[in-house]
Amino acid sequence: MALLQIAEPGMSAAPHQHRLAVGIDLGTTNSLVATVRSGMSTVLHDEQGHALLPSVVHYRPDGEVSVGYPAQAQQSLDPNNTIVSAKRFMGRGLKDIGVTTHLPYRFVDAPGMVQLETRAGIKSPVEISAEILRTLKARAEKALGGELTGAVITVPAYFDDAQRQATKDAARLAGLTVLRLLNEPTAAAVAYGLDNASEGVYVIYDLGGGTFDISILRLSRGVFEVLATNGDSALGGDDFDQRIYCWILEQAKLAPLSAADTRLLLTKAREAKEWLTDHAEARITSLLSSGDVIDLTLDSTTLSELTRQLIAKTLSPTRKALRDAGLEVSDIKGVVMVGGATRMPQVRQAVAEFFGQAPLTNLDPDKVVALGAAIQANMLAGNRSDDDLLLLDVIPLSLGLETMGGLAERIIPRNSTIPVARAQDFTTYKDGQTAMSIHVVQGERELVSDCRSLARFELRGIPPMAAGAARIRVTFQVDADGLLSVTAREQGSGVEANIVVKPSYGLDEDQITEMLRASFGSAEQDKQARALREVQVDAQRLIEAISAALQKDGATLLTPQQQHQIETAVATLHSLSQGEDADAIKAASDALNHATEAFAALRMDASVKQALAGQHLNTLEL
Amino acid sequence: MSPRPAQNHFALFDLPARFAIDLDALNQRYRLIQGEVHPDRFASSPPAERLRSMQLATQANTAYQTLKQPTARARYLLQLHDIDTEEERNTAMPADFLMQQLEWREAIEDANEDADIAALDSLLNEIKTTGKQWQQDLQHALDVAQDWPAAAAIVRKLSFTDKLQDEILHAISRHED
Repeated sequence: MALLQIAEPGMSAAPHQHRLAVGIDLGTTNSLVATVRSGMSTVLHDEQGHALLPSVVHYRPDGEVSVGYPAQAQQSLDPNNTIVSAKRFMGRGLKDIGVTTHLPYRFVDAPGMVQLETRAGIKSPVEISAEILRTLKARAEKALGGELTGAVITVPAYFDDAQRQATKDAARLAGLTVLRLLNEPTAAAVAYGLDNASEGVYVIYDLGGGTFDISILRLSRGVFEVLATNGDSALGGDDFDQRIYCWILEQAKLAPLSAADTRLLLTKAREAKEWLTDHAEARITSLLSSGDVIDLTLDSTTLSELTRQLIAKTLSPTRKALRDAGLEVSDIKGVVMVGGATRMPQVRQAVAEFFGQAPLTNLDPDKVVALGAAIQANMLAGNRSDDDLLLLDVIPLSLGLETMGGLAERIIPRNSTIPVARAQDFTTYKDGQTAMSIHVVQGERELVSDCRSLARFELRGIPPMAAGAARIRVTFQVDADGLLSVTAREQGSGVEANIVVKPSYGLDEDQITEMLRASFGSAEQDKQARALREVQVDAQRLIEAISAALQKDGATLLTPQQQHQIETAVATLHSLSQGEDADAIKAASDALNHATEAFAALRMDASVKQALAGQHLNTLEL
Repeated sequence: MSPRPAQNHFALFDLPARFAIDLDALNQRYRLIQGEVHPDRFASSPPAERLRSMQLATQANTAYQTLKQPTARARYLLQLHDIDTEEERNTAMPADFLMQQLEWREAIEDANEDADIAALDSLLNEIKTTGKQWQQDLQHALDVAQDWPAAAAIVRKLSFTDKLQDEILHAISRHED
């Protein structure tokens, strides 16, 4: 009877408790954190009442780190040690970033990802981003009064694997459990769609501080199906500031400036751009450390000319996404504007002209992404919600293999809905060849050298055969998190090799552990205690879930004997989980999982059947 | 007590195994099934359920993509009848088809040289229209005449034009950059 006791409501509050989960918009210019409280997604404010946290990190002379507004105030005074827009460098090498002369940083070219030299030492963009995430985590835990179960962190849809991995690494460094990386435009669509009960095909035009994304989604009764996505992961509001900055240099005939003056003028450029959203003219005045005095007037016509080319650059990915989705402009029901840069009248006008309709701007373009992420976080954390939403997202870039001659062979094309699996057969090219090297790449270009390399591994032990006789099936599998695993198997002999792809551009496990140790200084003992606590909690959760499943479907789907088997495994785990042997608890959990595999399959098949039979609540709502 | 073998794609969506398909029903049932099986629904469930959810969601995506696209749907139907469409090996195509291919390829090359997006667009439409006619022939061969060899021959032709369309789309986006 142990089973019933455990499943008794009230006996174990933990799994039914509201789990604290947040959505984080880790932006180039500003970051935000939001959560679902009493069924409403809300942005959490800091103690001064600010919703936005400027994505600025200042390494102070006293050894402390400040983040947000205090850091922003230092950006012209101490430009070398005040990092803004670190997101632009996430997962990027020095050559990916391009021109850096206007940036006041001392870049260090490191393998894979560029690093920045500060007074606090050499910092990777991952560490800098982790400071921002840590600040948001602290804000959320203070506001919610407890430890977070996890977070959904948004990334530009067009981020590649290296950039995504760098974001995950930053979250880990900040001590956050990542429930999911969610594409920013998808997050925005969720917030917008749920708010407006929209149906039909919508375009999300997301122009942030440093990235541009375009996503096309079909919204239908709580299902958000991404049809296509495209973008430019190095185009954003920063570039508009940069154009204005260059215009100032040209107008004032200035010689190359110091780092502090550069930062000062970039700030002036941004302020002028923002002022021109509601005004016809902006005055730009400044006294530089060189003694030069700037006094210029920028009108909106000039701004339009300066930015025309940049805005046109957003329309090319837009056309590609439409074409990938097989849609015409006339199929689009609405265009939702996301990202601070979409406040510019020039951007709104260009979008309105392209789509032949005024874009939708009724949600705060700064907050909509975080609000959507919070809704998804709430669901993934297992909190029940009235909004029965479902996101069907896609991979933004094609995944493939290197074939003879350095050519990339596409296995999973971009814009495939995940989870997805694809297999393709390859063969040997030499007589007696016993090994095959597999190089996994990401991108749309034909030459491997133009794509991003994700992983390499080897399939060994192929029996010697004539060239072309071996049949090697390579399977790509991308799960709902976007994580790719690749398996290669020689069909005749059954020899197999596989790899879970973690891009070489991220930090390796040792580096992360080292950074974590440096920031927490946690002792080995703590670690063991935490590990035991974790397996106990997991075991408890597993027992709860399986007991509930048995109670609901056990009698209908299983024979009494099968039921008994599972109940025995549950009882074993239950008694072990009271003890302190973490390994034994883990083993019993695995055994219980194994014992319920077929039951899980039966339950899910039954629910699919029921859904199709029209007996499900989803259809009764109509 | 092992999971039953995967159903065929048509059965998964409770649709008759025919070329002529109710696309609205397919779209609706796809979303319904994903609503039941998608991994996001099982994010905090036991591993056995998470695994099964991933398998079923992957299968639903594969099945949906296969049935949605006419050439893939026909190829799959023929597979169910144990007919290999032999697209890699059987290159014996009718002469008039080969002539037309050649003409199209030349036209694409010319348009590419001039970076003429409008010309590429009109070629794309022309090829699409031809493809639609072949799809009607295909429907007759599969659903009415049940003439598998004839159907396989049309699938081979369609896979040529599908490839051409991809190439044109690729070229257009290259010229736009």
